[in-house]
Amino acid sequence: MTQTTVDFPKNFKKALGDGQLRRNLRAAMDTLGLRRRTLFSDPEAFEQLRARGDAIRRRALSKLPELLEQLERKCTENGIQVHWAETPAEANQICLGIIQRHDATRIIKGKSMVSEEMHLNHFLAEHDIEALETDLGEYIIQLDHETPSHIIVPAIHKNRDQIARLFHEKIPNTPYTEVVEELNAIARKVLREKFFAGEVGVSGVNFAVAETGTLCLVENEGNGRMCTTAPPVHIAVMGLEKVVERLEDVPPLLRLLTGSATGQLITTYFNMITSPRKPGEKDGPKEVHLILLDNGRTKIWADPELRQTLKCIRCGTCLNHCPVYTRLGGHAYGYVYPGPIGSILTPQLEGLDHAGTMATASTFCGACEEVCPVKIPITDILRRLRAESYNKADSPNAVKGHGYKVNAAESLTWKGWALSNATPWVNALNAKLLGLLGPQLPKLPGPDIVKKWTQSRALPPFAAKSLHALVKEKGIADE
Amino acid sequence: MGPVTVNIIMTSHRTADPDRDSGARAAPTTKAGEGITMPTRPEKVYYFGTCLIDLCYPQAGMAGIELLRREGIQVIYPQQQSCCGQPAYNSGFLEEARKVARKQLKAFPKDYPIVIPSGSCGGMLRHHYPKLFANQPEAAEAQRFAGRVFELTEFLVKVLDVRFEDRGQPIKVTWHSSCSALREMRVIEHSKSLLRQLQNVELIELQRERECCGFGGSFSVKQADLSSAMVADKVADIEQTGASLLLSGDCGCLMNIGGALKHRNSPIPAKHVAEFLLERTQ
Repeated sequence: MTQTTVDFPKNFKKALGDGQLRRNLRAAMDTLGLRRRTLFSDPEAFEQLRARGDAIRRRALSKLPELLEQLERKCTENGIQVHWAETPAEANQICLGIIQRHDATRIIKGKSMVSEEMHLNHFLAEHDIEALETDLGEYIIQLDHETPSHIIVPAIHKNRDQIARLFHEKIPNTPYTEVVEELNAIARKVLREKFFAGEVGVSGVNFAVAETGTLCLVENEGNGRMCTTAPPVHIAVMGLEKVVERLEDVPPLLRLLTGSATGQLITTYFNMITSPRKPGEKDGPKEVHLILLDNGRTKIWADPELRQTLKCIRCGTCLNHCPVYTRLGGHAYGYVYPGPIGSILTPQLEGLDHAGTMATASTFCGACEEVCPVKIPITDILRRLRAESYNKADSPNAVKGHGYKVNAAESLTWKGWALSNATPWVNALNAKLLGLLGPQLPKLPGPDIVKKWTQSRALPPFAAKSLHALVKEKGIADE
Repeated sequence: MGPVTVNIIMTSHRTADPDRDSGARAAPTTKAGEGITMPTRPEKVYYFGTCLIDLCYPQAGMAGIELLRREGIQVIYPQQQSCCGQPAYNSGFLEEARKVARKQLKAFPKDYPIVIPSGSCGGMLRHHYPKLFANQPEAAEAQRFAGRVFELTEFLVKVLDVRFEDRGQPIKVTWHSSCSALREMRVIEHSKSLLRQLQNVELIELQRERECCGFGGSFSVKQADLSSAMVADKVADIEQTGASLLLSGDCGCLMNIGGALKHRNSPIPAKHVAEFLLERTQ
């Protein structure tokens, strides 16, 4: 969808140089991390819980075709209209069709990352339909014409003072205040009015239960409930991997989701939507639509290793614990999904040739995997993406844009490296040469890796005598 | 049924799938090599020196050997050894990684434990070799090899049960946990327990001990700006401790953090834990 290639180096430099952003992110990530640790304070219990989460998601994905058919059948029986979209463009058209059929010009939205993936607001604006974000964080960034910088807390890059200034400048007749309660009251007043104005409500879906045809929506502000009940029409958009098999699969996943995301035992609101308003009922939408978006997920699903990407329940805790995300924030990544999950998902959705750089923005420190509530092997998948960047694979499961980095210079370097490390005498000679010439490296012509290393570090202390040589001198046995 | 379901059914693998019928309460899956049983005190061990120690920190490598020999263990250092293959493995060059890794499989043929003064290279040998050689002729060999790998401080504590007597002057030190020692090899408590045996050594912990220093192998130069920002934060954390020495069990991190300390003319040196332990106790 976003087929523009992002200028990663420029974005990264800009984010790293923004002291205010760095401080905001650090403080926010520390808080979220601490809350999570407080809730999951027993490591053994957490391991058991996430083993369950992992098993539930694996089982759901292993039966994905059947479960999606079952979900469609059950939803239809319940009176929910199900639509399939292979691309974001198709999903947008379906949305537009429904909205236009109801002559609506204003929709209200609950938080949804899939709608971000569709760039729904932008698309609707082109058709003179106004989309109003009602999640507080989403509302804040919409006021400032920004995109979410985090998949759970979209305005996490802003601090209180910045929000105070924004409200004062953008909301008419709003006096400047930094008092949290007053800021909340301002937002509540504006948002309440919006709920009455919305002719169609759009929401995401956290889990869809195949056996009952139930759409689960997790939220803290009640805006999700308003969006899905106040307007006469509700459209839910969902990535097709979000289906689970049974109702009993929901509680452990919900616990993992809220605990991992915000350290909450449970959120303030948990909505289970199973049908539109029934005859005789006094409230609820008259129509409920579910749009199931593929957008490359089927292709990811076909590969057993990459499929694990689809286990994700979008808790965002991998972002909160990532030393790279903590220093960049979400906008620098340039795509909808940032951080560790974004770095494995985005290159698969958009193609390595567009977003492959994201797979290089990791030290493989493993902090993300340590906290992932469904045990996604993020570093293994990052390695796979790096390997496919350099490899024109002929497998049908190869990631889109594979082989985009194939180049003679780097291939030759690694071939030389392998030859040296597989041939003891060459290796010994190399060690000797580095010992002699190492200190001269910055003066020698060659690739700029030396310059990049020394921009913040002294040269490595190349030894005059290698360990191989020292060991020999000391008479350590070799057998 | 919509077009997407058709796509999915078309690409569905209808072969046996272990996930399909697993209950929601499946046992936790274990990483390859996890649950390794500790050997009883052996007569001989292999020593895997690592390429970085070979090139830049041979004195740290020798210190590890001395610590083992002092306990009466005969140390064998195969001259055929080189690098574990991690640089290529992490950079996306799997064939090259395998070529080098195959050499290591051959260089340590006997059944001795393989002791390694690094969590990172240890993690590669123990956890990643089985993955690197999955579906390769060497799969079984790599599994057996992985089961023989021990990080140095882990081996000193769990197998040799060493007891140290501190002979040094009082000193304040701080400790950097490498990510692989912390999360893959899980040996940080062993490393620290050895430091705590030293009476005159005060260990002051970092505020963000669990955070990566930003080395990440090729990351340090491919994402040089990010890496520099991360190591700058690590250096600031080290300086706020008031310690006069930084210790770690991994030379990759030491090269990164030590290099950054030196770059800003900090008086705090960075040292491998093996070297420090030996100095304090001889």
